[in-house]
Amino acid sequence: MEKVDVRGLSCPMPVIKVKKLIDKGSNEITVTGTSQVSKENVSKLAVSNGYKLNITLDGKDEWEIELTK
Amino acid sequence: MDSRKWLILCAGLVIGAIAAVLVKLGNPSNMGFCIACFERDIAGAIGLHRAGVVQYIRPEIIGIILGAVFTSMFAGEFKARGGSSTLVRFAMGMFMMIGALVFLGCPLRDVLRMAGGDYNAVVGFLGFITGVAAGVFFLRKGFNLGKAEYSHSNAGGYIIPLIAALLLFLLLKATVFNPDAGGPIFFSAEGPGSMAAPIAISLIAGLIVGFLAQRTRLCLSGGIRDFILIRENYLLLGFIGIFVGALVLNLVFGFFKAGFAEQPIAHMMHIWNFLGLFLVGLTATLLGGCPLRQLVLSSEGDLDAGAVVLGMIIGAAVAHNFMFAASAAGVGIYGQIACITGIVFMCWIGWSYREA
Repeated sequence: MEKVDVRGLSCPMPVIKVKKLIDKGSNEITVTGTSQVSKENVSKLAVSNGYKLNITLDGKDEWEIELTK
Repeated sequence: MDSRKWLILCAGLVIGAIAAVLVKLGNPSNMGFCIACFERDIAGAIGLHRAGVVQYIRPEIIGIILGAVFTSMFAGEFKARGGSSTLVRFAMGMFMMIGALVFLGCPLRDVLRMAGGDYNAVVGFLGFITGVAAGVFFLRKGFNLGKAEYSHSNAGGYIIPLIAALLLFLLLKATVFNPDAGGPIFFSAEGPGSMAAPIAISLIAGLIVGFLAQRTRLCLSGGIRDFILIRENYLLLGFIGIFVGALVLNLVFGFFKAGFAEQPIAHMMHIWNFLGLFLVGLTATLLGGCPLRQLVLSSEGDLDAGAVVLGMIIGAAVAHNFMFAASAAGVGIYGQIACITGIVFMCWIGWSYREA
C-alpha cells in the first residue's frame, strides 16, 4: 500500500503525484487531500486508469480515497 | 461522453455566445471578454497607469468575482487558504499580464479572436500551446510552489470580493477624486476603454460566467495541460465550446473576418504574438491556471490566486507606464525586452522550484 499526501497542493500537482505511482505500477494507493477539485481530478485519473475507488473519508476540508486495481 | 463533459461544453458555448453578444452591444471587437485587458482597464480607471484609451471599470470582472463567490459559497467550496509562495505568484502574475499585453489578450481573448477570424491569434495560440508544454516539462521535473494552508478564519477570502463590490460602487458613482488631474476615477473618452456594453448587461454576463467557470473549473491553460499530461480532454471541451459559441454568433452578426491584416486590437508581429502567449502559457501552467481561473479561484478564498490577480493589475500598470504593452502598430523594444525577461524569469522559477 503506497500513500500519497496531496493536501494543500494546487492544480495539477495532486494528479501528477498520483500519476507517478500509477506509472510505477502500484496496485494499492491511498490518497489524502483537501480541495474538492483535487478529489474530482484524482478520482477521474484513477478511474481512467482502471482503478476502483473507495472513499474512506469525505469531509468538506479533507478527503481520503483508496485506489485499488 | 459523460454528463460533466456535456456540461462544460455547454458552459463554453454559452460563454462564447455571451462574448459575441457583448461585442454586439458595445464592447471592443473580439473582446466580449478578456481577463487581462479588463483588469488593465481597471488599473487605468483607478489611475495606476495613464494610457488614456484603456481606462474603465469593467463590470464583467466584478460580475465574474461576485458570481464565483456566491456560487462557491452555495457549493460549500468557499474556504480561505494561502501561503504557497505568495510573493512569487504575485511576480508571476505581473509577467503573465506583460505577456498578455505583448500579445494583446489573455488566452480567453485568444480563443475569441480566433473565432473572429484573426489569424494572428492562431500564431498566438501556437505560442500558448508551446508555453503550456514548456510548463508541463517543469511539472514533470517536479516543479512545486508548495502547499497552501487552510486558514482558521475565512475573513481573508472576502478581500477580493470586497474590492469587487467597492469597484462596482465607484463605477456607478463615478466620483472624480482629484478634479485638477481629471481623476481618478478615469473613464476613457475614446479608444477601446470607451467601448462598452451597458453596465447592467456586462455585470449580468460576468455573473453568469463566474457561476459557470466556478462550477466547471473552466481553465484554458488547463485544457491544453491536461491533454498533454494525462490525455484528459475535459477542460479542453470548454475551450472548444467557447470557440464554437463565439464563432457561430460572429457569423450571425457579421463580425467574422478572416485574415492577418486589419484585425481589431491586434498586431502582426508574429514572433511577439507567439512569444507573448508563450509567456502566458508557461506562467499559467506553473501557477495552475489561466487568468480566468486565477480570478475565479481568488473569489472562492484562494489568497494565492488573489496575489496573482493583484500582480496582474500591477503588471498592467507597469506595462503601460513603461511602454511594454503592444499596440496595433506592434511591440516596441521595451515590450520585447520585458517579454524575454519574463520568459527567462519563469524558466528560472520553474527550474529552481523543483522538489528533490
